[in-house]
Order: sequence, then C-alpha cells, then structure tokens
Amino acid sequence: MNLGKRKNANRIFHGILVCCILFSILMLAVLFIDTFKKGLPYLNVKFLTNYTSRFASKAGIKAAIFGSLWIIVFTIIIAFPLGVCGAIYLEEYASKNKLNDLIKVNISNLAGVPSIVYGILGLAIFVRALGFGRTIISGAITMALLILPIIIVASQEAIKTVPHNLKEASYALGATKWETIREVILPYSMPGILTGTILAVSRAIGEAAPLVVVGGAAAIWFTPQTPFDEFTTLPLQIFTWATMPQREFQGVAAAGIIVLLIVLIFINLTAILLRNKYQDRIKV
Amino acid sequence: MKVKMQIRDLNFYYGDFKALMDINMDIERKKVTALIGPSGCGKSTFIRTLNRMNDLIENTKVEGEILLDGEDIYSKKIEVEELRKKVGMVFQKPNPFPKSIYENIVYGPKRHGIRNKKQLDEIVEKSLRGAALWDEVKDRLNKSAWELSGGQQQRLCIARAIAMEPEVILMDEPTSALDPIATSKIENLIETLKKDYTIVIVTHSMQQAARISDNTAFFLMGELVEFGPTSTIFTTPKDQRTEDYITGRFG
Amino acid sequence: MNGINIKNNKKNANKSDILRNIRIKKVKEKIIKNLLFGFGMVSVLITVAIFITLFSESVLFFQHIPILDFLTGTKWTPLFKPQHFGVLPLISGTFLIVIFSSIISIPIGLLSAIYLSEYAHKKVRKIVKPVIEVLAGIPSIVYGYFALNTITPFIRKIFPEASIYNALSASIAVGVMTIPMVLSLSEDSMKAVPNSLREGAYALGLTKLEVVYGVVIPAAFSGIVASFILAISRAIGETMIVALAAGSTPKLTLNPLESIQTMTGFIVQISQGDVVQGSIEAQSLFAVAMLLFVITLSMNLLSRYIVNRFKEDY
Repeated sequence: MNLGKRKNANRIFHGILVCCILFSILMLAVLFIDTFKKGLPYLNVKFLTNYTSRFASKAGIKAAIFGSLWIIVFTIIIAFPLGVCGAIYLEEYASKNKLNDLIKVNISNLAGVPSIVYGILGLAIFVRALGFGRTIISGAITMALLILPIIIVASQEAIKTVPHNLKEASYALGATKWETIREVILPYSMPGILTGTILAVSRAIGEAAPLVVVGGAAAIWFTPQTPFDEFTTLPLQIFTWATMPQREFQGVAAAGIIVLLIVLIFINLTAILLRNKYQDRIKV
Repeated sequence: MKVKMQIRDLNFYYGDFKALMDINMDIERKKVTALIGPSGCGKSTFIRTLNRMNDLIENTKVEGEILLDGEDIYSKKIEVEELRKKVGMVFQKPNPFPKSIYENIVYGPKRHGIRNKKQLDEIVEKSLRGAALWDEVKDRLNKSAWELSGGQQQRLCIARAIAMEPEVILMDEPTSALDPIATSKIENLIETLKKDYTIVIVTHSMQQAARISDNTAFFLMGELVEFGPTSTIFTTPKDQRTEDYITGRFG
Repeated sequence: MNGINIKNNKKNANKSDILRNIRIKKVKEKIIKNLLFGFGMVSVLITVAIFITLFSESVLFFQHIPILDFLTGTKWTPLFKPQHFGVLPLISGTFLIVIFSSIISIPIGLLSAIYLSEYAHKKVRKIVKPVIEVLAGIPSIVYGYFALNTITPFIRKIFPEASIYNALSASIAVGVMTIPMVLSLSEDSMKAVPNSLREGAYALGLTKLEVVYGVVIPAAFSGIVASFILAISRAIGETMIVALAAGSTPKLTLNPLESIQTMTGFIVQISQGDVVQGSIEAQSLFAVAMLLFVITLSMNLLSRYIVNRFKEDY
C-alpha cells in the first residue's frame, strides 16, 4: 500500500472514532432532552408535596422522596463503617496468606454480582428469616451489602495513596498501628474514601432492582416514621408509574426521573464540596 | 557507662537473602557514629534494626543481640513502642505529617500519654528551639508543616524526634534531599545535639562523616569492614577495602 | 551523685507509667485487630449467605422439577396452567439482550477508548471523558424509561411490525449503558502500554492506525477482552431496563423485535405479583436466580483469569 492510501485509511478511521464518541454524546443528549420534555409539564410544587394517586394529574412523589432518604441514611450508617474497616483490615493488617487472598478475590467478585441477586438475598434473610418484613431496614441492609464492595475497593485505593514515609514517621515516634491508622492514614485518605462512598451512595439511590424483590410497596400514602415502616423510593415509584397502563403516567414517571436526576446531581456536587473542604483541613 | 548500644553477632535476613553478616559494634554515649559505604551495603538496613523499623517489613529475620543500656531490644520483654520512644529516628526525605507544625511536634508525646496543654506547649517550644527552628516558625505554629521549605521540614522532623526526649537519635541520610545551605544548618544542629543525645547517622557523603562524626563504621556488602574513631578510619585505615573506598577507588 | 539518683527515680516512675500505658494499648490493639478482621470477613459472609440462600431454596425447587428438565425445557409458564419450568426461553431472552447490547457497547466502547487513548487531544479528552462517565452514572431505571418511551417508538417507525415491548429496544439501552464500562477498562489497559512501544513503531514510519492495530491493541488485548466480558456479564444481570422495555413473554426466539423475557425480568415479575411463599412458583425464583448467579460469577472469574493469565509486564 502506498503512503497516500495508508494516510487516507488513518483519516477515515479517525472519522469513525469521532462518530463513536458522538454516538454516546448524542444518546445522552436525546435521553435528557426527551425525558425533560415529557416530564416538565407534570413537574410542579404539587408533584413534590403530593402522595401518589390513581389520577396522573394528582400523583406526587413525596412518599418516594422520604423513602429514598430513609433508605439512604440507613444504607450509609451500615455500609460506611463496614466498608472502611474492611478496607483498613485488607490494606494494613492482612498479611499475604490464602484467607486474605480469598477475601480480596471475593470482594471483586461480589462487585460483579447482579444487583437483583442481592435483592433475593435480602428477601430470604432480612424480610423472611429475620422477620423484618418488607420494611426500610430490610431495604437498607440489602442496599448496604450491594454497595459494600464498592466502598471497600474505593477505600482501599485511597488508603494505598498514603505515602509510606508518613507511616514510617508515625511508627518511628512510637505510635502503635491503630494510632497510625487513626492519626495518619485515615485523615490522609478520607477525601478519597468519601468520594468513593458518595459514588457508591449515588449508585444506591438510583438502584431499583433489589428493592423490587425486597418489596418496596407500589403505593404508599404516608411518610415513614420508623425504620420498620413500609416504603417506596424514587426509582421504585418511577418504575411503578412507568408500568401503569394509562398513557399520562409516562409523563409522571418522566417528572419523577427529573427529580431523581436532580437529586443525583446535588449529591455529586456535595461530594465534591465535602472533599475539597476535607482536603483544605488536612493541609492546615 | 560509656557504651550506649552494643551490637553482638547481628545477622539480618530479607527472606533468604542475608543482608547483614555478624555485625559487632559499640555505639558510644553522646557521640556521633557515622555509617558509610556504597549503596546497598546494608548501612540503612543496619540503622533500621536499632529501633526495629525492620519489624514492619514482612518476611524478615533478626539473629544476634542489640543491647540498649545492657538490655536486649529484641527481647520479648521490650515493647517496641517504648523502644522507639527511646530511640528516635529521622528519615532520608523529610516526612512531616500533613498537620500543623504544632501537631507534628506533639504527635509523639501525645501517643505516650501527655495530654496537658501547658506541658505540650512547653515541649513544642523546647523541641523547636532544640532543632534551631523556633525563631523561624514561632508565629505560625498552626500553619501546615507542608508549607515549610525542605530544610525547615527536616529540622521539624528532628524537633519531632527530640520532643519525645529520646536517648538515641537515628538519622538515615538526613541531608541527602537538601541543598548545601540547609545541609550545613543540619550539620551544625547535629554538633549541638550530641551534647544531649547519642546519634547514629547514615551518610552517603564521606566529607560529612569526616566533618561531624566521632566514630565511623564502614559497611560493604552486608559486612562491617572497619569500625573505629573517625580520624583513624580516614587517615590510617587498617583494611585495604576501606582505604580504596575512602580514596574514591570505588562506590 | 544525689541529684543523679533523684533524677533516675523520677525517670523510673515515669518509665513504669509509660510501660503500663503501652501494655493497655497492646490489649486495645489486639481487640481492634480482631474487630477489623471481623469487618473484613463480612464480604465473605455475604458470599456464603448468597450461596446458602440460593442453594437451599433451589434444592426445594429441584425436588419437584428435575434439574435436567429445568435446564433443557423449552416452555416457561410458571404462572398459568399447565405449569412448565423449562428455563431455555428465559436464557434465550437473556441471550438476545446480550447479543444486541454487545453489538452496540463493544465496538463503540472500544473505538471510543482508542480515540480517547490514542487520537484525542488532551483538551478534548478532558471534556469528553466526564460526559461519557455521566452515562455510567445514570440509573438503569432511567434507561428503562428511555427505552420504552424514546427508543421503542423510534424502532416502531422503522419496523412497524415490532411489538411495544421488544428485545431490541431494551438491548440498545443496555448497550448504551455499558459503553462507559468497555471504554474505561479498555482505555486503562491501552494507557498502560508503554510509550516506547509506540515510538518504536512510529520510528518505522507507521501511521497512527497501523500503530493502533499493530502495537497498542495486541499489547492491551487481555484488558480489552476482560472489559468485553464484564460488559456482557453486566448485560446478563441488568434488570430494570428489561423489566420495563423487553416484555414479559418468555419465548424461544432470535427475533429482537418480539416481546421476550429474561431471567432478571422473570424475577421482577414474580416479585411484583402475589405469589404464595413456599409455592413452586416462588421457589422457581431462586432456581432462576441461582442460574443467573452462577453464569455471572463464571464470567467474572473468566475475565479475572484472562487478565491475570495474559498480564503484560512492561
């Protein structure tokens, strides 16, 4: 092949690559524009303050907002300490042996288990065996288990970034292992741990499949008062609306999606702000 | 007692690799002992056995004895945290914590149970004065230690070490990351420190060893080739290898 | 002399204090270590719990339905009489989703990765990468809605015979959702190819395209393949998109324009309905979940094996 042809092939290939990138961006744009167009007519204050309804025009998302809030708070309370402590163990304590290798492989496999399988686990253990029923606590534990591997892996990565010489400095001053972890390793890696946790949390907020199985209720006309109440969440409510036979409920579902996306954007912004603040504190 | 630390038949292994072979050495109280030798000769490994920093590396093994005031530091009766309080260390690269200058200094004392604010304040001033850093930082004790220059950071690390009132200070090439001016400040500091402390220093520079040390140990491939007063080692070495190294024939 | 003695006494008192302090700490350290070990074991416990749950309930199911009939049966009608429990229709439904989603995610993800790793200007990359990562952050329920309300109408314009719920629409959404996965993993492995290899090839007068397929892709091959497998595994386990857009009529078909049901779709359907606990339909849920778990687990292990087996040490 002569050089001109080869160069042309390269140019054509470059064009194809750009098209591939544009495809993704186009899809993203269409998704946003189309969903917003469908949902905006239904998005108003009443939509935020009403419970759901048989009538599309009256349906609101209040119960789902509160349900998501409850679920997420308990998910964090359970998953964050478990995940961070697990990561500390793996990075700082675990020596190289078969058991610890098994734990590591196991975590990466858990991250690949379909989310609906966690739902089945939650159904069998928390809903039925432990008798929690189809409640917030069952949903939150299930979600916590789902995002646990993500938090562990992210925390491990963050802990790995702690410079070796800082740990040495601490040990050389006669600090014990736990003191070194508490005073040096955790403060240094906290921004990374928080970022990873927030990403995991935003995954949990958007996740519907496990809660469908654990049994978020299709329609809730109250805001939960205790963790042992029934619940629905934003994605569950959207799912319910999207499966309604009446055409107008697709618009209501789209309005729900807009709320969900705004919540997710808000959470990610908080993550960035929190991380920046923490980083400043470390430097002082 | 003139001798602070005695090293008896010390062997050290990384896995199967024998890094130190039958080291015998007496470290004199309130003197500066310099460890020299080409890179990879075992001098850094050796200094890290003196406060058991090598415990942190998996799959290593120590044989022999290291006595601190007659007590074996590898004995089961010794808590390693207590040992490290007595034997402080300064590293090759300055490694202050990402905390304030104040918090860096009180890190050790706090770990060893001192909580009284007034007492801590005193320790901070005394240690910073001891490390000849007080005048430069006294107005910004709550600023991050990471904002200091490299030389200041290293003096902070020395201050941090002396804040625990150790008996011995180990220094692993403390000036190798610094410029000449910062280096000379640290060397002057070492000169002052030896009034109160026993100092062991690994150095890559023979001139530095000659300038600041009282005794010098020459290491080669895990062996202690020669050990004696610095003046003797540099003027009339007994071993041919020492002479070759000092006159710059290798390393 | 006297002065020294006093000093020594003081020092000794101090010393025993410090030692006690350290002894207490040692006990604390041990407790903490064991606690942390416990936390580390939680993940193993989860796996064990998943296994036991799925296994014990599936065993009950297989007491009624021989496992061979389950795996080779071609009719899946657990919710109406006569009941049939042949899982092949669910597998074929899942297979359809995997095939058509991969047709989108694999080439587009890989080519986009090549673009970002080899062709794109730094500035372009800095803008484009986060935008595509947004795709990965969108919840699957949103993709499901998108499939049902945007992609399906579009498909039905082109193929009027397509049903409202169809495999193609769900596949496209699953494909778009998994693009970022293929992209970021293959980009990582291409980025890991050392520049010296590229420079060697450029020095021979090769064009960029030739360097890409002659040097970069072969060197990054294991990572690229692993990214494909993970995307496929993700497509197999994807739930909300297929539950919304692919339908709930299990059938053995390869026509993507028809309504189908996947393994995950069936689990959702059963979970939503009023199935009596302990009934054979309820148990079938666990059998299907077990199958799903085994398939995705093997794929994840396979991708891990490929990465480790063919790891390039530069």
